[in-house]
Amino acid sequence: MSRVAIVDYGMGNLRSVANALRQVGTEPAIVDRPEDLTHFERVILPGVGAFQQAMEHLDASGLGAAVDGARRSGKPILGICLGMQLMCRGSEEGALAGASHAGLGWVDAQVRRFPVRPGLKVPHMGWDDVQRAGAHPLIEGVADGSDYYFVHSYYVDCAHGDDVLLAGDYGVPYCAVFAHGNVVGAQFHPEKSQQAGLRLLKNFLAWTPC
Amino acid sequence: MLKKRLVAVLILRDGRVVQSVRFKHTNVIHYDPVHAVECFNKWAVDEIVMLNVSPSAGSRQGFLEAVGRISGECFVPLSAGGWITDMDYARALLGNGADKLVLNTLLADAPDRVTALSRRFGRQCIVASMDVKRDGAGGIQAVVDRGQRATGQDPVSWARRAEALGVGEIFLNSVHHDGARKGYDLDTLRGVCQAVSIPVIAFGGVFTWDHLVDGLNAGADAVAVANQFHYTEHSSRKAKRYLVQSGVAVRREE
Repeated sequence: MSRVAIVDYGMGNLRSVANALRQVGTEPAIVDRPEDLTHFERVILPGVGAFQQAMEHLDASGLGAAVDGARRSGKPILGICLGMQLMCRGSEEGALAGASHAGLGWVDAQVRRFPVRPGLKVPHMGWDDVQRAGAHPLIEGVADGSDYYFVHSYYVDCAHGDDVLLAGDYGVPYCAVFAHGNVVGAQFHPEKSQQAGLRLLKNFLAWTPC
Repeated sequence: MLKKRLVAVLILRDGRVVQSVRFKHTNVIHYDPVHAVECFNKWAVDEIVMLNVSPSAGSRQGFLEAVGRISGECFVPLSAGGWITDMDYARALLGNGADKLVLNTLLADAPDRVTALSRRFGRQCIVASMDVKRDGAGGIQAVVDRGQRATGQDPVSWARRAEALGVGEIFLNSVHHDGARKGYDLDTLRGVCQAVSIPVIAFGGVFTWDHLVDGLNAGADAVAVANQFHYTEHSSRKAKRYLVQSGVAVRREE
């Protein structure tokens, strides 16, 4: 049995994440049944698509509750892109102005729409640099100014600066990587970010939350 | 800030990486595309585009398998195109590890399907491959179907039309510059970059690394190279270094 589960809740391409994990030395399992998740030591919550639809899929499948069980038992959990956003309290995506759709609520952060700025196209798509904002095993060896591959129209705004490990700026400052207890999230796609991304995945696999 | 991108293009004909010269694909460069990608990945390429230029739709399954094999070696964004005509094949390509779909003839033959693909997978997932060619009357027009069929539309109109249909990027090539080693078709590139608000990838004709800088100065967000990356060792790394020395903001290697 593999140590790492990639949660398949019907949102996006899991193959790239699995390929990248294989590249750093782990054979992951793709898991779509909630009861199977208990067999794994680590969980990855990927995701591409719409926030609310993703939450509905997590709820309806029972996978949301199963991942929350893994979180409560202290297992390391990594959210990628939309997966990171789902870990927040809520998101403005698809909500009326001033309102928000509820997320998993594991990290005290809000997902906000990028404001319209001249010259800054939305989605924020491509390679962009991030700055270190904290120290953590997950970002060990990640240099200030490293470039990662992003595709997103909404950004994570953390309530507590202590949770932010890597920070970016795209008209507004945003959180690129956060950590809160055994929960970590990356807004960029580590599986598509060459050596810099593979390093982050490798760090995640080696990390034991205290 | 967002970086300018260096893109490697693999032109596949019946499973083999071929040289492209004015849209003719006779010389085989690599018998195994994975070998070509292994080289790019270790070097400095920011993105890979795979194009199936086989003359027959029977090549679709083989190309799909090639995409699957390459995505296992590819840790940068991967775009795939050629013979995408329906939702099922689009889904199969994405399931095999492609991040973006490159559409060309579909923009002429079934524009509503372009919009449907964009709605289903998101604008960021759809790239319009736009080929242009000189016509007999001294003008330039967009062509489809591997450069063989004229659309009757000038590059700027065709680019605006693609944007309106829901594509997220334009991948621009010129039949007369393809493999001609004289740099990108800068006039067309400039016109298209000014006409749309989505990113434009310049392709076709690179011989010296100065050609890359010319493309970026003309307004391109990304510069693509095919033939020239296959012939010299470490060429993508040299290209990247040249861009850095020219003051272009690009992703640095670790």
